[in-house]
Amino acid sequence: MSAGDMTLTDTEAEARWGTQPGGVKPRRFSPARLGIYGFLVISALFFLIPLYVMIVTSLKTMPEIRLGHLFSLPGEVTFQPWVDAWLNACTGRDCNGLHPGFLNSLKITIPSVVVSIIIASINGYALSFWRYKGANLFFGLLVFGAFVPYQVVIYPLIIAAREAGLYSTLAAIVIVHTIFGMPILTLLFRNYYASVPIELFKAGRVDGAGFWQIFFRIMVPMSVPITTVAVILQVTGIWNDFLFGVVFAGRSNWPMTVQLNNIVNTTTGVREYNVNMAATILTAAVPLAVYFISGRWFVRGIAAGAVKG
Amino acid sequence: MASVSIKKLGVSFGSLNVLRDLDLEVDQGEFIVLLGPSGCGKSTLLNAVAGLLDVDAGQVWIGGKNVTWEEPKDRGIGMVFQSYALYPRMTAEGNLTFGLRVARMPKDEIARRVDRTADLLQIKPLLGRRPAELSGGQRQRVAIGRALVRDVDVFLFDEPLSNLDAKLRTELRVELKKLHNQLNSTMIYVTHDQIEALTLADRIAVMHGGVIQQLAAPKEIYRRPVNRFVAGFVGSPAMNFLEGTLTIVDGAPAIRIGDVTTGLAGYDFAAAPVEGRAVVLGIRPEQIVLADAAAAPSQVPIDIHLIDPMGADSLLWGTVGSDTVSVRIGPDDEYTVGDTVAGHFHPDQASVFDAGTGVRL
Repeated sequence: MSAGDMTLTDTEAEARWGTQPGGVKPRRFSPARLGIYGFLVISALFFLIPLYVMIVTSLKTMPEIRLGHLFSLPGEVTFQPWVDAWLNACTGRDCNGLHPGFLNSLKITIPSVVVSIIIASINGYALSFWRYKGANLFFGLLVFGAFVPYQVVIYPLIIAAREAGLYSTLAAIVIVHTIFGMPILTLLFRNYYASVPIELFKAGRVDGAGFWQIFFRIMVPMSVPITTVAVILQVTGIWNDFLFGVVFAGRSNWPMTVQLNNIVNTTTGVREYNVNMAATILTAAVPLAVYFISGRWFVRGIAAGAVKG
Repeated sequence: MASVSIKKLGVSFGSLNVLRDLDLEVDQGEFIVLLGPSGCGKSTLLNAVAGLLDVDAGQVWIGGKNVTWEEPKDRGIGMVFQSYALYPRMTAEGNLTFGLRVARMPKDEIARRVDRTADLLQIKPLLGRRPAELSGGQRQRVAIGRALVRDVDVFLFDEPLSNLDAKLRTELRVELKKLHNQLNSTMIYVTHDQIEALTLADRIAVMHGGVIQQLAAPKEIYRRPVNRFVAGFVGSPAMNFLEGTLTIVDGAPAIRIGDVTTGLAGYDFAAAPVEGRAVVLGIRPEQIVLADAAAAPSQVPIDIHLIDPMGADSLLWGTVGSDTVSVRIGPDDEYTVGDTVAGHFHPDQASVFDAGTGVRL
């Protein structure tokens, strides 16, 4: 494909992705295919066993759990553990269940995702098209940043947050997530925009559009696939975060993951396995839902940008 | 209407000098074609005129104004790209009007211009479609419209027809020529296709290695190329080159090719021919006549290797000494492969180049 053919349009992408490979249809049952599918089914079952155990346990009553039949279906289905996990389970002294954590996670995730994607897309756009002085150095530093272990920078970040008067606030955790999302998101957007023909940018310049007009009116409308990828990466990453949440958010803003930990690791009283299981599934529900709803888009977006240099 | 003048222009990417000390004067209303192989700097020159890259030296003047450091939008130019570069998320109409909307032009004026442009290019029925729903030719029409609607004085074309198939290319080429006659605006057109260059241009600038080799009308370029590069690049099939030595026979200039000597009387030497100088004789395939011996005074023996029928005419391939030559012959002419025939030519139609420097003598 010549460079000239690279005008990026969705229907073209659609056509490319929609096309099935041609050729002779493979025989339905050959020993090799049977082996492959057999292996896949067994692997899938193996990885699904923990989920199965969690679900059945969360639907059992405590007396039934004490019988120790881990794999048996619940004799008497009860949804009380789910209600308890959401409303009544104790994290330390508070017994409000997980729902405050759910709200906190929303309050952390939504602004972090929005802010980080806005900044990263502008970064990627500027790096791809404007090639300002020092752009390569800046990009090199950003990529390097993707490989810095979190633990190394936590202490300096705590001091910085304290000095700024933001420690233990919602703002602190949002800023931290934005910073740590920046390298990979910028890389993602830069590579996506690098695959956009430079002539599109030149046409915009000739038409008199400036930095922001080219970005908002030409590039952003073309960025739906890669933005989808960025949203998925950020939502799952930030929702699943434990470390930054426990360090920076402060007790009143602790996200769902931290509260889940506190429920499960509570040391007083009886261990309510059914409530723990329900709470864990509830916490994992959001990233799971995101994957199920957008998996198709995720693959498409990754293929559209991330792997291309 | 505006003229374009490029003065001592220099552009380099890092340590690579793409253009050096380049001068070019384009009169108003003129159609100039920049012709050259890939990497000769022709697109770079166009981008410099458009203001899409920073120049390192020299100046660009458009319409009597120094625009070297002006933004592209302030130069009074419209540009058409090889890949069309239509905004994929806008309709054809959105593409046409984008620049006008950016400039905050009144709505009724925008509508008036779109109407006029769409009529001119016959793209009215396409206005509501997205680029993905247009064919290649339709896309390029819309892209041309996007330049037209800006009401500019100078149009810049960067290989606009290279992505189209042969038939469409011919159609759009003719339309572009008509458009130029209608608008009478200044046009600078970059291409590596010599047919486009020969048919469209008022003057052609043949470029090589960041330097304009020859700037002249198409006929002049074709008939009197200033050096061997221009001679070999323009014309298809390419000009035949025969290596030989200049001699003087009975006071008249002649050329010795292998063990054959043929007269060059009538050739317009720029300087008096020097006996013994190593030269290259250039003759175009259609300038060699095989049948009519009386018509042309000079002749070389050609060993026939192959006949290529091309429809309207045929090409005869053979050798003169160690050099391959092609001769355009009639489609029904009968020649036998393996025979030797005499190729006649008029020295005043041929070109003689210095073998070392390649400069026309």
